[in-house]
Amino acid sequence: MIAPTIRIQREDFDAAAEQRALTAARRDVGALVSFIGLCRDEGGRLAALELEHYPGMAEDEVARVAAEACARWPLSGLTIIHRYGKIAPGANIVLVVAASSHRRAAFEAADFLMDYLKTRAPFWKKEHLISGDAAGWVEAKAEDDAAADRWRR
Amino acid sequence: MKAVYFAWVRERVGTPEEEIAPPAAVVTVADLIAWLTARGENYAYAFENARTIRAALDRKHVKHDAPIAGVREIAFFPPMTGG
Repeated sequence: MIAPTIRIQREDFDAAAEQRALTAARRDVGALVSFIGLCRDEGGRLAALELEHYPGMAEDEVARVAAEACARWPLSGLTIIHRYGKIAPGANIVLVVAASSHRRAAFEAADFLMDYLKTRAPFWKKEHLISGDAAGWVEAKAEDDAAADRWRR
Repeated sequence: MKAVYFAWVRERVGTPEEEIAPPAAVVTVADLIAWLTARGENYAYAFENARTIRAALDRKHVKHDAPIAGVREIAFFPPMTGG
């Protein structure tokens, strides 16, 4: 089984460079699926998102979720990067790149990983508003739990 | 053991982490929440909807019926909103 690359970092990431790293010098990769989660401005209301995380557990939990994906789909490469700290609208938050011989495994693994990261990785978003009103914590959505549940078997 | 708090649980409790020494009668995560709740208004506010609070023992997600014996670090936090 492959060893996924996992990074929990404050810095931005370069999705193209991460994709290249998974295919460089390889001839067996037939499909590469990349998901990037970005900070949206919520219709112009949002000044920034602040992402708090649980250092140590964030790395461990993402690694557990990645190991589950590797056990479930025949991946030839996997990279997961999740940022923390203050993130401006338009900037990157999370990257999942899944490589496989065939597209279905790559699509499904990336989809599964995002559903599981949302409900299991210890990160919390706080919204800072342009209006200057008090910042508020984003509430977890029931549909995120439902999305993760559809992978149960 | 060390207790750590995140997001609005941290803000309501008023500290990111602290050493706690619950009595032997505190066996599970749920017991610990009840014990903390009785310690002060800030804890009562943080745990007012105890069922929505998530817990981790030594950095692994657990349910509220998990025993806390031998644990070095217990974390309390709201449902996660990363990704």
